[in-house]
Amino acid sequence: MTELGTIGWALRRDLRLALRRPSDGLNVLGFFVLASSMFPLAVGPQREWLQRIGPGVIWVAALLAVMLALPRLFEHDHADGTLDGMVASGRSLSLIAAGKLLAAWLVTGLPLLLVAPLLALAFSLPAEAVPVLLGSLLLGTPILLGLGAVAGALTLGLKAGPVLLTLLCLPLYVPVLVFGAGAVEAQAAGLSPYAHLALLGAGMLFVALLAPPAAAQALRISVE
Amino acid sequence: MNVFRFAAPQVFYPLAGRLAPWFAAAAVVLAVAGLYVGFAVAPTDFQQGEVYRIIFIHVPAAWMAMFVYLVMAGYAFLTLVFRSRLSGMMSQALAPTGAIMCAISLWTGAIWGKPTWGTYWVWDARLTSTLILLFLYLGYMALIAAIEDPRRADRAGALLLLVGVVNVPIIYFSVQWWNTLHQGASVSLAAAPRMAATMLTGMLLMALAAWMYAIAAALHRVRSIILERERHSRWVRQMLA
Repeated sequence: MTELGTIGWALRRDLRLALRRPSDGLNVLGFFVLASSMFPLAVGPQREWLQRIGPGVIWVAALLAVMLALPRLFEHDHADGTLDGMVASGRSLSLIAAGKLLAAWLVTGLPLLLVAPLLALAFSLPAEAVPVLLGSLLLGTPILLGLGAVAGALTLGLKAGPVLLTLLCLPLYVPVLVFGAGAVEAQAAGLSPYAHLALLGAGMLFVALLAPPAAAQALRISVE
Repeated sequence: MNVFRFAAPQVFYPLAGRLAPWFAAAAVVLAVAGLYVGFAVAPTDFQQGEVYRIIFIHVPAAWMAMFVYLVMAGYAFLTLVFRSRLSGMMSQALAPTGAIMCAISLWTGAIWGKPTWGTYWVWDARLTSTLILLFLYLGYMALIAAIEDPRRADRAGALLLLVGVVNVPIIYFSVQWWNTLHQGASVSLAAAPRMAATMLTGMLLMALAAWMYAIAAALHRVRSIILERERHSRWVRQMLA
């Protein structure tokens, strides 16, 4: 099987599983919308406040939503033994991890992007900030998933797993949050968002290259 | 003499036991000297008054907090590449010291900030990245504590440390940029006036004391870890018998 074939196999398998259990993806989406909607209720409906906190709130909600999806990334496969099979199969575990990450992004990252414009409306963000919000999420959510996959693989099967995962991920997520929310805020303030987006893009490429082998290594550590 | 034989826990255990008291003694001597220079010899700062003297504890602690993380990452590399057992134990032994140094630097910084800046906390780039460094330490320690199998704990912790050490400069840079974007730099340590020679001496003595303390504490702690891990081995049983 070729390299692309291995990635495609893992991708198709995880997508098929996700389609058969659609509630998983939908729950994450629901969390994203609900968590963001809590903020206007807490700080008040003043338009200028909402505009001010909007980019940050949407980004934090996206970050937490992605984190919510992380435990499922490898847990089912670990619980039913598929993961042991994958490790023993002789296929590159990095490529399998890459395929799984791609599937995870399609199931959790992409829906966030589709709903984000609605949230931008809810926070009365200016129309020209919406493409920047989508661009920053497009570049930023893969970083969140990639870093999270490593942490998720390390905490696989641990009793303290989900809470621990949060503790491990959040400090690593700081740059993504800063550049992601920063891009939208820069645009809303009339500045150029491209420096933020370029850094996010660089981070995304870096993570795309290194997260699959790091996650594969972490899986080996956890399964062996 | 082959230094690699010290990578064996049963060889390193007595060596650490012999070295630790010397480092501890050096730490005490240097700390006493440093505190004397810092609190009795160094002149009062004409801008900040006596309050500045907290830097004799604050700056060495902040240096150690960063440096210990780097050392842990170095051991993490050894753990993953050479699968040596001792390096994982050393990372684990260093972690609490690093976390304590982080906490001390944040705490003393807050105490210093109140009279000087008028607030315990500002979202300054240095403060924020030190706080995140503390979270990285706590995350590492929590991961190690959650894994029962020590071999898995060592290697999982090592991978996390390597991911973290790549991230630390990015975090620092991003936080700095975030801060300058949000507000003008209200406080800048770079603009501080040049230090008197005695102040520098006091600070360097305290920094050396912090080094000695960290080494002594790590050696002491690694002995406990070695005993705990190797409790079923013959040499530990013979030693304790």
